[in-house]
Amino acid sequence: MKRYSAFAIAREAFRQHSGWDRAWANPEPKKKYDVIIVGAGGHGLATAYYLGRNFGITNVAILEKGWLGGGNTGRNTTIIRSNYLQDPSAALYEKARSLYETLSQDLNYNVMFSPRGVIMLAQTHHEVRGYQRTAHANALQGVKTEWIGPQRVKELCPIMNIDGPRYPVLGGLWQSRGGTARHDAVAWGYARACSDMGMHVIQQCEVTGVRRDGDKLVGVDTNKGAIDCDKMGIVVAGHSGHLAEMAGFRLPLESVALQALVSEPIKPCMDVVVMANTVHGYLSQSDKGEMVIGGGTDGFNNYTQRGSFHHVEETVRALIETFPMLSRLKMLRQWGGIVDVTGDRSPILSKTPVDGVFINCGWGTGGFKAIPGSGWAMAELMAKGESPLTDEFSMHRFREGQFIDESVAAGVAH
Amino acid sequence: MLILNCPYCGVDADETELAPGGEAHIKRFGPGSSDDDFEEYLFMRENPKGVHFERWRHANGCGKWFHAARCTVTLEVFGTYPAQTFEPPAELSAAISAKRPGWTWRTFS
Repeated sequence: MKRYSAFAIAREAFRQHSGWDRAWANPEPKKKYDVIIVGAGGHGLATAYYLGRNFGITNVAILEKGWLGGGNTGRNTTIIRSNYLQDPSAALYEKARSLYETLSQDLNYNVMFSPRGVIMLAQTHHEVRGYQRTAHANALQGVKTEWIGPQRVKELCPIMNIDGPRYPVLGGLWQSRGGTARHDAVAWGYARACSDMGMHVIQQCEVTGVRRDGDKLVGVDTNKGAIDCDKMGIVVAGHSGHLAEMAGFRLPLESVALQALVSEPIKPCMDVVVMANTVHGYLSQSDKGEMVIGGGTDGFNNYTQRGSFHHVEETVRALIETFPMLSRLKMLRQWGGIVDVTGDRSPILSKTPVDGVFINCGWGTGGFKAIPGSGWAMAELMAKGESPLTDEFSMHRFREGQFIDESVAAGVAH
Repeated sequence: MLILNCPYCGVDADETELAPGGEAHIKRFGPGSSDDDFEEYLFMRENPKGVHFERWRHANGCGKWFHAARCTVTLEVFGTYPAQTFEPPAELSAAISAKRPGWTWRTFS
């Protein structure tokens, strides 16, 4: 692989850019791999990358039904933060956030990580108490966050109206090293690095069945033929239940559509990320100038990557009280993705009842921020059979009542 | 937007008039049940890519709970029926089978 660098750009500029390699190869599947990862989204590709980088396992195929990063990796609002309440969550998300800090250098691919800071607004007294508690918890966990008052919020985000009659801004939980990254670049960067290690990223390859010998994994059936493997990681977000059914076990998940929208591009007006959970919307400005707005989930199970108009209306209606200037903007695009939600709103990174099959799912409405940490932990789990980061995230925790209850604590749009 | 017919008051209600209540026909377990039963009751869900039975409440209408059968892929509504039952009406199941052969659900009742 030729490295990307300023020098490479200069070199190519002198020869009509004829010397760039394809970022990743497009191979046909082999008959057998050591490890198959199902799902070439951020989490799947990151899992494969860290299997190679940390454990030297490179005989790996990453199978993708559609195109690379075309699921939730390409459909989120790109927010990165780690201000969670519970210790296992904070450890996992902070691992991810810290890996994002150097991800562009590690991958030799600019993922445009922008640690511009994230404010989670407190607009009710309940939220004030909740976020102060989270700030204390974060201090103990070694996650740098702080509780800030309304004036500081206004300084950080001048377009905000902090004196709204219905939901005044009472303060916020501020994580200065949270921010955003270019979501597609995260998938592309990992795919390029995986391909460079000799792994096979195989797109338009749908898994249609899982072959077992008793309780032991043998391989998978795909639309490109049968492929054998020793281990398999299912990393398919909203479609996890579908894959689990093929493998012969069940998951405590429900799949719903989560949607987002962007406005027309405008001049820079906001250089932080704001999450306003009481009014149920979150907002940042992309490098192109679009206001990126995330809303709530549909209230009913579905697999349509669409969303619905009344949720757009609810989200925008609520946000314009706190951000009055948004009322003059035109909406440019709206889209939806299928998120898989667990009972305690925390993910599952786990062994399964089938020997050799591992599952990484349940990231619900907040998976993008976790991609590097999730891949790191999942790779360790698959290579060694255990990982300190995934111990608490077993799929059996629901049976045992060992929840990681972030459903209210994380305060996110579930 | 979904439009469901409330089987009690007969109104064709928009989604905004209704409150979703999650999966229907869940068997409840009480004190003394096993951990497996509780896990099944509280957390395990069918979550099918296809035919789904679910509860809705006509919240901004007559206030009654009812059940709906719907496709999670196309959002097609197969029908609605009163909540006081352990399984969908036979004619509704037959209509669903005609449209979506091979649909599955855990054992009813």
